[in-house]
Amino acid sequence: MSAYLEISRLSKSYPTPRGPAVIVKDFDLKVKKGEFVSIIGHSGCGKSTVLMMVAGLSSTTEGGIILAGKELDGPGPDRGIVFQSPSLLPWLTALENVMIGIDQVFFTASKEDRLLIAEYYLTVVGLGDSMNKKPSELSQGMRQRVGIARAFALKPKMLLLDEPFGMLDSLTRYELQQVLVDLWRKNQITALMVTHDVDEAIFLSDRIVCMTNGPAAEVGEIIEVKFPHPRNRKAIMEHPDYYKLREQLISFLEHRSHLRPSSPPPATTPTALLQAAS
Amino acid sequence: MAFLEINNASKTYATGRARTEVLADINLEINEGEFVAIVGYSGAGKSTLINLISGLVKTDTGSVLLEGKPVTGPGPDRGIIFQNYSLLPWLSVFENIALAVDQVFSSWPEAKRHEHIEKYIAMVKLTPARDKKPHELSGGMRQRVSVARTLAMNPRILLMDEPFGALDALTRGTLQQETLQIWEADKKTVVLITNDPDEAILMADRVIPLTAGPRATLGPSIPITLPRPRNRAELNENYDFKQIRAEVIDYLLKATNRNRHKTTQSLILPDIEPEDISRGNYIGPKRRPIRRSEIKQETVETT
Repeated sequence: MSAYLEISRLSKSYPTPRGPAVIVKDFDLKVKKGEFVSIIGHSGCGKSTVLMMVAGLSSTTEGGIILAGKELDGPGPDRGIVFQSPSLLPWLTALENVMIGIDQVFFTASKEDRLLIAEYYLTVVGLGDSMNKKPSELSQGMRQRVGIARAFALKPKMLLLDEPFGMLDSLTRYELQQVLVDLWRKNQITALMVTHDVDEAIFLSDRIVCMTNGPAAEVGEIIEVKFPHPRNRKAIMEHPDYYKLREQLISFLEHRSHLRPSSPPPATTPTALLQAAS
Repeated sequence: MAFLEINNASKTYATGRARTEVLADINLEINEGEFVAIVGYSGAGKSTLINLISGLVKTDTGSVLLEGKPVTGPGPDRGIIFQNYSLLPWLSVFENIALAVDQVFSSWPEAKRHEHIEKYIAMVKLTPARDKKPHELSGGMRQRVSVARTLAMNPRILLMDEPFGALDALTRGTLQQETLQIWEADKKTVVLITNDPDEAILMADRVIPLTAGPRATLGPSIPITLPRPRNRAELNENYDFKQIRAEVIDYLLKATNRNRHKTTQSLILPDIEPEDISRGNYIGPKRRPIRRSEIKQETVETT
């Protein structure tokens, strides 16, 4: 089966007086239609750079990205993005913030239809009563809900999530992960998420791409998460494979992320207190 | 009689006509030497609860008793560690701690106080930074100063209000372990407030969930029977840990859902396709969007 999103030999480097600084090198990834893939790695490894190149917000130095049979060039509404900070316009209400994008891509639709779309997604993310509030009247978690509604409302081909819940407390994070995964299932949308939260990656993803440390970061290991959808957090956490996966990911981040994929198996290093899972 | 007792406490904040009942029916008993973690969502009233114990906020109804005596105001018998460190920016590490020690142990000779301060600076591994100002320190180091300052007052009970919330995951893990090591040495009574179930389970003897506000109240306490000293990597393979973790998280998620009433709503989602706007502005005859089907009506449950 051909891939829906195909990233091939993607590289990013910046020129410096001492030669190019290579951030990402030869990043290869194929994502199937409807698949949820997470990229996990340490801060600064270049995982967000990869996502931003897919989004078209950062230029590629080498390599190419093909989405649904077309090579990507620049940003577009076919890729919905959820940023770490919700990036809402403070002088507009939640509804108006969602409407900005809808008015663009559904410009041939009637005003009523456009409004219905915005109201539908805001209600589904749990903001039915708060549509007419400004961002300043919303909690951090509610603002991020607006961000999710805004991304889905455009019916994008692909969803790009850049540490979408990084700024939220752990419990609010659990709730919003549920909101996200419900919408993802219903819309059968292809999703690529960047995160450093191991639990989040396991709960949401079909596959987890572990990136090696920068500079010149590349794909280290790819781990499949085979729990069937829809997933129940309690059931997953009690599943014997859950902690095996968790262990595998944490030990990659602790011990193997600095290795190149071609390197021999790692010798045991002294355990640094790395709490990537928290 | 318990070391710390809260009986039927409630707290309401009012601005103008708007009244928010933050906490209701709070009952809590903590024994001497116990490490209790209270876990709840942001905005649930966790900080209000710790302020009631510290005496920074008074209860509307009910009482807070420490060793049988009612709490009427703040005092050095209850040491607080805040999330935002609360250090005086113009004082060095040593001077920030001295501020507290000189107040509490004013009867001691100066040499003894200095020795006492140095001891606590060493305990949090900041001896090389003793003369630095807060702005020269990282977040983790600042929180260490705050920990040293609080412990140096030798309080009867330690109140920690999301102490590691502002730190990155790596530093947080290190400080959790260090705090536990210090605690193991003299087993002070501790109340830890946190939004992180993992942190609560790693550190506490007992985890008590605080339901989502308004009218937040404490849920049943969950004893954490895991052996000490605890190590996060080893816990990952511990069967009991997995059970407890699932139980705590499940309870907290259910507790919020209970608090919200579910409504079923009928919504309309027009089944239309977005236009391709990548080729610039569309110029041409007015047209309608591609409609895959007639309007879809859908019933969704919202909370």
